[in-house]
Amino acid sequence: MEILLALVVAAMLVSGGIFTFLAAVGVVRLPDVYTRMHAASKAGTVGSGLMLIAAGLYAGEFATLARAFAGFVFFILTAPVAAHLVAKAAHQAGYRLSRRTVCDEMRLPPKK
Amino acid sequence: MTAHAIVQPAATFALFLMCLAFFLTAYRVITGPTLPDRIVALDMLVAIAIGFLAVVAIKTGFNLYVDIAIALGLVGFLATVAFARFVLTQGMPEDEKDPMAASPRAGSRRAGERSVAQRTARRKTRGRAR
Repeated sequence: MEILLALVVAAMLVSGGIFTFLAAVGVVRLPDVYTRMHAASKAGTVGSGLMLIAAGLYAGEFATLARAFAGFVFFILTAPVAAHLVAKAAHQAGYRLSRRTVCDEMRLPPKK
Repeated sequence: MTAHAIVQPAATFALFLMCLAFFLTAYRVITGPTLPDRIVALDMLVAIAIGFLAVVAIKTGFNLYVDIAIALGLVGFLATVAFARFVLTQGMPEDEKDPMAASPRAGSRRAGERSVAQRTARRKTRGRAR
């Protein structure tokens, strides 16, 4: 039973690390703010959330697991809100999408 | 004891991956062409720091680090929201034209349309001048 729990925790640690690393690669490689935010908010949150859950599981007591789960739920709730705020603010401030963008549905009408 | 022997290498591997992720994101913070790029990268740095705290909690056995991770998440969320409000109120500064959209052909076409923030800023300065 202990071995099984350790295997689950190890798998969550490794997959969380891989998620975080891929999010960082996306932040570096993607062309503009909006796509970078897309990589950072989703993959980064999943990576750190998996590690928090792993820490809660490995502690072996219910209080720590409950706190880790509460922190995970908090990140899942706040990361999309923060990413949406940054993207909306950047779009309203006039930061442009990359040239390869196909469609921008929030663009202003061309002439009034 | 064997459970320890299973988890410890995984934690070391996760720390290694997150070190790489931390340096890549720090590179984006330093060379990010615009302010929102740096904000997104700072948000990502907070997430990586939370991951670090969780792995250190596993490696050392101090469960208090989970609470610190929750507090760091709260602070990071508030910082990101404050930065977003800052970008919204300040608008795009003149020296931060997007280098990705800047091509010599598109220059004339882009000169015609101006962003909302620039227009409101211009309106504000005009109103002040009167």
